[in-house]
Amino acid sequence: MHTNPNSPLLQLAGMEVAYGGIKAVKGIDLELYRGELVSLIGANGAGKTTTLNAIAGSLKIAGGEIHYAGEKVHVLPAHRRLRRGIALVPEGRGIFTRLTVEENLRMGAYTRNDTAGIEQDLERVYTMLPRVKERLHQIAGTLSGGEQQMVAIGRALLSRPKLLLLDEPSMGLAPLVVEKIFEVVQSVAKEGVTVLLVEQNANLALEFSQRAYVMESGKITLTGSGADLLTNPKVRAAYLGEEAA
Amino acid sequence: MNELALAIPWLGKRNPLAARWLVIAIAIAAPLVAMAFGRTWVRVLDFALLYILLALGLNLVVGFAGLLDLGYIAFYAVGAYTAAFLASPHFDVHLPIWIVLPLAACFAATAGITLGFPVLRLRGDYLAIVTLGFGEIVRIFMNNLNYPINITNGPQGINALDPVVLFGWDLSRNIQVTEELSINSLFLYYYFFLLCVVGSIIFIQRLQISRVGRAWAAMRDDELAAKAIGINTRNMKLLAFALGATFGGVSGVLFGTFQGFVSPESFSLMESIAVLTMVVFGGMGNIAGAIVGAIILSALPEILRHLAVPVQQALFGHVLLDPEVLRMLLLSLAMILMMLLRPSGLIPASAKYSHIRYLKAKGVTE
Repeated sequence: MHTNPNSPLLQLAGMEVAYGGIKAVKGIDLELYRGELVSLIGANGAGKTTTLNAIAGSLKIAGGEIHYAGEKVHVLPAHRRLRRGIALVPEGRGIFTRLTVEENLRMGAYTRNDTAGIEQDLERVYTMLPRVKERLHQIAGTLSGGEQQMVAIGRALLSRPKLLLLDEPSMGLAPLVVEKIFEVVQSVAKEGVTVLLVEQNANLALEFSQRAYVMESGKITLTGSGADLLTNPKVRAAYLGEEAA
Repeated sequence: MNELALAIPWLGKRNPLAARWLVIAIAIAAPLVAMAFGRTWVRVLDFALLYILLALGLNLVVGFAGLLDLGYIAFYAVGAYTAAFLASPHFDVHLPIWIVLPLAACFAATAGITLGFPVLRLRGDYLAIVTLGFGEIVRIFMNNLNYPINITNGPQGINALDPVVLFGWDLSRNIQVTEELSINSLFLYYYFFLLCVVGSIIFIQRLQISRVGRAWAAMRDDELAAKAIGINTRNMKLLAFALGATFGGVSGVLFGTFQGFVSPESFSLMESIAVLTMVVFGGMGNIAGAIVGAIILSALPEILRHLAVPVQQALFGHVLLDPEVLRMLLLSLAMILMMLLRPSGLIPASAKYSHIRYLKAKGVTE
């Protein structure tokens, strides 16, 4: 497939998602270019997680289109989209608690059969996540929250994704650990993986991402570079706990 | 083969080899010992093997894939009635077992997929309720399909099913070795069923460490995460229903041909619950657990039945509790004790469904 390198890797065009009759995402446009680290911030119930799940294919969209690498992927089931390179790290980590860490990681390569490539990617993940390497044979359910999050990210990387969708990796973690997770996310992005990050921790998310979208009750209300949004008074008032000027 | 050793947990951990041979010896010698107490006990063992097959099949659905199925006995019924239609004087069709068995497996698998499709999006309690309804629908159909056209012969059931004939060898006839010594047909069925059970164990073990087994394990742990790593959860669920149903169908054929008679009352909700109890009691998601659970919970009520009547008569002069009531009491008691003492079953499943650990055990990697 020949695609223009300057065209977006992922493009949402008027995407709508509904639960029953109620629209949770009301027609959003969003673009992601190759190698970008973009975050999607917003309050509880704004539709961020719904958006990610729709891109990954675990939710059907009610309207609009999802273009990925020049292809309309919204018609494909989730496992097909993973094969195309869209990997999701679900909210609340979603690791396999009864498998060991290594087994969890290897499960990430479920759709692949290039043994050599898998071993290579495993090594890559180990260097990126030294904490995980120390605990390879531990049952994953017994890890701390931060370590579980790292396993979840590592598992997603083993599908060798082009686009990594991260759903609230900071959820329920101590501030110090959150910082570590964000560093990992950044190093993933530096390796050339395009990242779409959903976060409630707006401060850190904006600090680490190049661009960001702000979502409010199913719509995108603001977009801009991470630095711009950090100084935007509206954002500061709504998400960073500052009094409105 | 490790699963065999696990069937005797205490010895199995210390000396797997000895435990394995012990299990094999017990399996072979059991009917001979049972015969010393009378033919009934050999029959009880034959039924225990059928229950093992059922429990192994249900364990695929409930234990491996994590789908709670309360209508499993319906597939048993599909198998038994397939045998009744295709190998009995009822329609005057007499197909050999080699044709009946795969056909029944196909029908049961189709029934499994038919059940699977509408319940794909259901989980837990909701799934249990729908499957329970499905089981009842099948039974009620069998009970009432004798009018206007007589298909199932209704509540009277179908009689005189053809016995199993392997290469011209009729398993329902005793073999006369000498004047005094004859090998009872019950033995022949026992070893035939045992062969089926061994085949199933090998098949399920391979399945457990295959891609399919890993996909089921992932799906059971976290469905969203399973989707996220690229597992086609829809197909995997349907496959679980279909494969589980196949086991039910095959055991149904064996049951029908062994008993020579099928009727709707053999496929009540209580039977579904009994098989589920065996799986849960033994330890969900575990081959050895399903086997031990099935043996204990199918043989123990029989033992109790034979003790209960004489004991009650001796104590009270008449029978207070019907043996069938005792069976349900025993199942409930077993469940309560299990929940108190061993919440994850007699033989808890170790998380050993993965390919890697299997390879390591075999010394392939590292």
